[in-house]
Amino acid sequence: MQIAVLSGKGGTGKTTVSTNLAKLINVRYIDCDVEEPNGFIFLKPQDIKSKEVSIPVPYVDEDKCIHCKKCVDICQFNALVHTDRVILFEKLCHGCGACRAVCPTMAIVEKDRPIGKIETGYSDDMECLSGTLNVTEPMAGPIISKLKGMIDDKTTIIDCSPGSSCNVVKPLLGVDYAILVTEPTEFGLHDLKIAVELVRKMKIPFGVIINRMSQEDNATSKYCKDDNINIIGTIPFDRDIAVMYSKGELLIKDEKYKKMFTDIMSNIEEAIGCSL
Amino acid sequence: MKICISSTVDSINGLADGRFGRCPFYAIYDDETKEYEFVENEGAKAAQGAGIKAAQIVVDNGVDVVITGSLGPNAIRVLQAGNIKIYKMLGDKVKEQVGYYNEGKLISIDKPGASHMGIGK
Ligand code: SF4
Ligand code: SF4
Repeated sequence: MQIAVLSGKGGTGKTTVSTNLAKLINVRYIDCDVEEPNGFIFLKPQDIKSKEVSIPVPYVDEDKCIHCKKCVDICQFNALVHTDRVILFEKLCHGCGACRAVCPTMAIVEKDRPIGKIETGYSDDMECLSGTLNVTEPMAGPIISKLKGMIDDKTTIIDCSPGSSCNVVKPLLGVDYAILVTEPTEFGLHDLKIAVELVRKMKIPFGVIINRMSQEDNATSKYCKDDNINIIGTIPFDRDIAVMYSKGELLIKDEKYKKMFTDIMSNIEEAIGCSL
Repeated sequence: MKICISSTVDSINGLADGRFGRCPFYAIYDDETKEYEFVENEGAKAAQGAGIKAAQIVVDNGVDVVITGSLGPNAIRVLQAGNIKIYKMLGDKVKEQVGYYNEGKLISIDKPGASHMGIGK
């Protein structure tokens, strides 16, 4: 079972929801928000092992190159250019290997270029994984794919990147349920609608959690009701939560919030029709 | 010698385009034949690396001088690797640029302007 937690934009409480739920039911947690992973701050895993992630980039042996430019023409990402020799713009290279495949003289070899890392550790006996993209690197995809590849059939909660780009679509592939975290603001609603459209297109069952809720009737709740969207929980707008968050503490340490996440969990179990 | 001007349309009476990588056409002037040739910029709509693609088009056309508004760092790197000189356009018409260039009025560009390419993000 895979459950993905998403949000239209950063800072809506995606990590709060995913870390607390994962810890509550003691399942594997994966932080796919590789540009700003912060799940480990709350889960505090021990014995962290770190592995570098690299992508294969082409390197041209100039003695073998016959300047046919086939490699330049095949590259979909405009990462190669030919002047009097082939030049690589490594930050645009996706490591797809197409250039190497078309080179008639086998002048292209591949070299590994590190773009980030994956860390694994344990919070008590709960497995925690997190990917980090190196600063200034533009391509999160390869790290997210690696992380996804580390998931087996054990129940896993996936903390996704904010937004609805390919960095969100990738982790969503193959998930069984999606939790959309939002805020009851106008911007929050706008982003929520985009996220709803995405999960509906991908045919993933989903429910909404409204974070920082201060009054019961708001445009977001109304939208969910009108659109038959299941609100699986709300998190109140309250000072205690902000204080716990700022100290890097999980909310389920406090009994009343633990109850809140337990209720959310039973709503999810009801929605997917089985218990986790 | 060939001079390339980034252009908004395929006519010398049209406006020069300040965007090197995303302009729709390149006006390429040959100072031997005194004629202009217009080349479409296939890279204009590329999601990534438009400047690189554009620089490749310019290199492939045997251009010696580029006149434009601003370029990203990648495009500059390609043009410099191809020994192509880069100048900042003056005024707005395509057909005026070669005159400015011959009169020595244009300032050379060696640093990137606002980039729209895959840097940082
Ligand atoms: S590996 Fe793929 S993306 Fe990288 S330069 Fe070659 S063709 Fe382009
Ligand atoms: S495809 Fe191979 S031989 Fe042709 S330009 Fe590229 S590196 Fe050189």
